Amino acid sequence: MSTAAPASALPSYDDAIARYEPVIGLETHVELGTVSKMFCGCATAFGAEPNTQVCPVCLGLPGSLPVVNEAAVRFAVLIGLALHCEIAPWCRFARKNYFYPDMPKNYQISQYDEPLCTNGWLDVEVEGEIHRVGITRVHMEEDTGKSLHVGGATGRIHGATHSLVDYNRAGIPLVEIVTEPDVRSPEVARAYVDELRELIRALGVSDVRMEQGSLRCDANASLRLRPAPGEPDAPFGTRTETKNLNSLRSVERAVRYEITRQAALLDDGERIIQETRHFDEGAGRTSSGRSKEEATDYRYFPEPDLTPLELSAEYVDEQRAALPELPAARRARLIAEHGYTARDLVDMRNAGVLDLVEQTVAAGAASPAAARKWWLNELARRASDTGAAPADLAITPADVARITVLVAGGELTDALARKVIDGVLAGEGTPDEVVAGRGLAVVADDGALTAAVDAAIAGAPDIAEKVRGGKLNAVGPLVGAVMKAMKGQADAATVRGLLLERLGTS
Amino acid sequence: MGRTGPPPTKGPHAIMGITRDEVAHLARLSRMSVTDAELDALAPQLEAILSAVARVAEVAAADIPPTSHAVPLTNVFRPDVARPSLPAADALAGAPAAEDGRFRVPRILDPDE
Repeated sequence: MSTAAPASALPSYDDAIARYEPVIGLETHVELGTVSKMFCGCATAFGAEPNTQVCPVCLGLPGSLPVVNEAAVRFAVLIGLALHCEIAPWCRFARKNYFYPDMPKNYQISQYDEPLCTNGWLDVEVEGEIHRVGITRVHMEEDTGKSLHVGGATGRIHGATHSLVDYNRAGIPLVEIVTEPDVRSPEVARAYVDELRELIRALGVSDVRMEQGSLRCDANASLRLRPAPGEPDAPFGTRTETKNLNSLRSVERAVRYEITRQAALLDDGERIIQETRHFDEGAGRTSSGRSKEEATDYRYFPEPDLTPLELSAEYVDEQRAALPELPAARRARLIAEHGYTARDLVDMRNAGVLDLVEQTVAAGAASPAAARKWWLNELARRASDTGAAPADLAITPADVARITVLVAGGELTDALARKVIDGVLAGEGTPDEVVAGRGLAVVADDGALTAAVDAAIAGAPDIAEKVRGGKLNAVGPLVGAVMKAMKGQADAATVRGLLLERLGTS
Repeated sequence: MGRTGPPPTKGPHAIMGITRDEVAHLARLSRMSVTDAELDALAPQLEAILSAVARVAEVAAADIPPTSHAVPLTNVFRPDVARPSLPAADALAGAPAAEDGRFRVPRILDPDE
């Protein structure tokens, strides 16, 4: 019996991978961001009242006929091209027959032996090393409805007395992206999904929100003994498929758990059962999803209600020409042109400011480093304080660019720049208007500044004497006194220079 | 002008005869309750139907691809424009049971699963 956790304690992950090599493949479903469904005109908005975005076609009512959404095909082609796939010049949809209430037709329109896109790849970087993940296929299909299971424990299907189905999601266009079994670690599995998500986001063909289910991942994992030096690789072991992983972290954790679980079974001389499994995020474990259902027998056949797709080379070339800059190329460019490090790019992306930083540089920021600094250190923090996205802050990249120019030119200190940001965010106008309105410019007027310097020296003759005696570091309190007298509206470096000059030490 | 049909299939499509077990399997896949007497009656009937259709294979040479579509059309698309859906009450009107605006369906798994 080897569907549950093995009897003996699980080995540590490090112990497991020392002896076994994981072989991992990923299947990712992405909901395409079309306005209407794959085969009918129903809207696709997330979160609508149940069964308010349904019609005879997506409910599978008799006499209805599906018609393919042109944009869904185009989006799928863009994904295939971005993944370096070949685009089939001719392909068909197929019926996948199965009896389950999430599809009202009792079949799902999908593709079977004639996928739209085949034979591509995606490069994934983990800790400076590039891993090329082969893409077996990208095919089109329709999403299923959502079920609520009633009467069992915490909404689980097991033990439920009945289920309630909402078909708003049924018929939303999906692509399924299937990799070769090329992935060898949970970290690369996670990085692959992350990179795929960035790629699709860059294409603008899906909102790829894992938490809303618009990107969902199934992970196939098996183990094989690591070969002795000089020996060929062992054949692949029996795999399990862990379904519906809905965060990057879950992808990594679920695969990690499967590796230790399978290692323990193999250590005990047991066989792995090929099955689907579910990941329990709370417990960090997978469990068998096996039921007494018969072996799957989907009886695929070409969908007679839809005409074949015949995409000309001209059409595919047009789509290729329409591809935007893709994330890997963009990263290379930002590093080469702006001097960012790979780490900077990860930080900016994670903070949600990468686009904004780039726009700020384009808007004439004093330097790429300054644009990065103000968005990452100051504005991202302010956004997270208010629970907003940085892009939703009431400050534009042009405003931030202007602020960096004022700081670089000595007209604002960092402290004053923060007050300017306060003013812009409060709706007081552009940075220049806030500077004027609040009187925030650094005082460069020698009269006021000289008077403050003289007053500071007169107020602390002992310190002044030390500085005159050569202890330049002692000048700090005098700088502080001048800054206080100037209400912060002076540049500390300038003040220090003036003090030292006055004290005859510069 | 591109191709007008799918690639040729790999082998002949001979109907080997349909067994009682195959009818029972199909009935299970279709969630149909079929009695032993019906299985006995249906297997030869289905075989007769399939044999009649299979006569097409006698005239189809190896270079004739199987036909999935009766008309030589490709690329029938609709623009990505949302159109009004059914009111939820209408959508649910034909359902045997509904609850909370959703289609109510019987238990999916047996209690001992």
